[in-house]
Amino acid sequence: MEAYELTAHGLAEALRRKELSAVEAAESQLARIEAVEGKVQAYLRLTPELALEQARAVDEARARGEALGPLAGVPYAAKDVLCTEDVTTTCGSRILQNFVPPYDATAVANCRAARMPLLGKTNMDEFAMGSSTENSAFKITRNPWDLERIPGGSSGGSAAAVAADAACLALGSDTGGSIRQPASVCGCVGLKPTYGRVSRYGLIAYASSLDQIGPLTKDVRDCALLQQVLSVHDPLDSTSSSDHPAPDYAGQLTGDVRGLKAGVVRELMGEGIEPGVQECVRKAVETLEALGVACEEVELPHCEYALPVYYIIAPAECSSNLARFDGVRYGHRTQEPVTDFEDMFAKTRAEGFGPEVRLRIIKGTYVLSKGYYDAYYLKALKVRNLIRQDFDRAFERFDILLSPTSPTVAFRIGERVDDPLAMKLADICTIPVNLAGIPALNVPCGFSEGLPVGLQLMGRPFDEATLLRVGYAYEQQAGWVGRKCEALSAK
Amino acid sequence: MEQATRDDVAHVAELAHLALSEEEIARLQRELNRILEHFAELQQLRTDGVEPMSHAVPMVNVLRVDEARPSLPIDAIVGNAPDRAEEFFRVPRIVEG
Repeated sequence: MEAYELTAHGLAEALRRKELSAVEAAESQLARIEAVEGKVQAYLRLTPELALEQARAVDEARARGEALGPLAGVPYAAKDVLCTEDVTTTCGSRILQNFVPPYDATAVANCRAARMPLLGKTNMDEFAMGSSTENSAFKITRNPWDLERIPGGSSGGSAAAVAADAACLALGSDTGGSIRQPASVCGCVGLKPTYGRVSRYGLIAYASSLDQIGPLTKDVRDCALLQQVLSVHDPLDSTSSSDHPAPDYAGQLTGDVRGLKAGVVRELMGEGIEPGVQECVRKAVETLEALGVACEEVELPHCEYALPVYYIIAPAECSSNLARFDGVRYGHRTQEPVTDFEDMFAKTRAEGFGPEVRLRIIKGTYVLSKGYYDAYYLKALKVRNLIRQDFDRAFERFDILLSPTSPTVAFRIGERVDDPLAMKLADICTIPVNLAGIPALNVPCGFSEGLPVGLQLMGRPFDEATLLRVGYAYEQQAGWVGRKCEALSAK
Repeated sequence: MEQATRDDVAHVAELAHLALSEEEIARLQRELNRILEHFAELQQLRTDGVEPMSHAVPMVNVLRVDEARPSLPIDAIVGNAPDRAEEFFRVPRIVEG
């Protein structure tokens, strides 16, 4: 087995036993990237010198006998929405094409402190707005399981990199499903932590009441290890919680889930969910029952309103967040003649933002504007509360809730570009979770039409541990992990 | 449900500082009206007495000690500007005269 094929915990173990060095691990990973990147196009930028330098430092530290964390020397990729010191960060947008952050996002700084070498920055839908990564201003990323299909989005580059063994681990961000849906269609594990669990300092904001950063990994143990690195209170993000210290996640992976109660969400198991996906999820529920989890149907009656609520709240917040891109302090500035500074702003922004971002800014400005605020935005905030109350009620009876993650397997590139409503349906199972602020985990649960299907496990606020525990027990029993994409072995 | 007119979209584009062609305004008007239709189902739902929820995690007044911390080097900040003059961002004239 090549080093790049290993899970993070497998590689970390090999490094501790000195079966190979961190530099050798990074070299193996970089060689793999070189071999498959032409087909997959997961990365916007590679940082091989940085990765090798950080790997060398790990080897030196180990030789000196320094105490090292569990992921020291395990190389990772970061979604290009996260600021990386001295490494260009574009957020998939022309408006930030030349932006070189002078600081690290806290999530990146925590990975740096954990001594994880950075391989590069992954492709994404522009400003994390999309479900297929086709909205990137720079390139189309392909699903490693079928190169004619999308890798999901907006963290499509991170998911494709992990699925293609082109990164051992990756960071993504999730506003309406952008970690879980790509993880689902690429067959990886992906966790959207509770709102407040991970600092967003240095995350380029899309919709601030919904955005969270989280891991995309090859298996649940890796997810637990990376989430541990991220679960640190940060005074630089006032929404970062100090009231819920993270437990030892890996310590929860006992395989024993007897006595837990799971609710299967009725509204997310019928219409709109592909039969092949439904079948995989039903089998996963049976597997959990065999492991001793009591599964029962549960209703979340306001779930059906999640999509319109999200498509009011997210654009509203984006229209405010993206006001900062004005061609003054960073990023693109128009070269056209301008009459005054407002004209400069308007031309800069029209040139710099792609069509989907312009649309969401217009929608958001519209629903917030005079005369429409109560009918749209305020109404959406109220319905958001009803959705959260549905979850609160469900968690009085159940420890976790279950549903598909993506209603379909990966669709074909270009298939939904001209059908925005069909595109938005990709997030129908994931959006309610962001609105409620709760954590949710995707674990692979089989294949339909030869493509990966994902199971979504939703949990109580700040109870990522139970999700990881159940996800791990399922994964061990079901045996989907470790399957490799054949599309990449074909010459 | 009300439809957004061409002038509504042009007005919103001005508020959002987006200089758009007529063709782009037409596209955005079409897309906006398509999504507004989709929002209509929300209006059917009764929400009397429901509190609006703007944040998922209840939190109030997060305070920190007011201590000086080192700031980023000026060059690293201004170095990202599309146009600069020494330690300043250069922009088109704002005040006439």
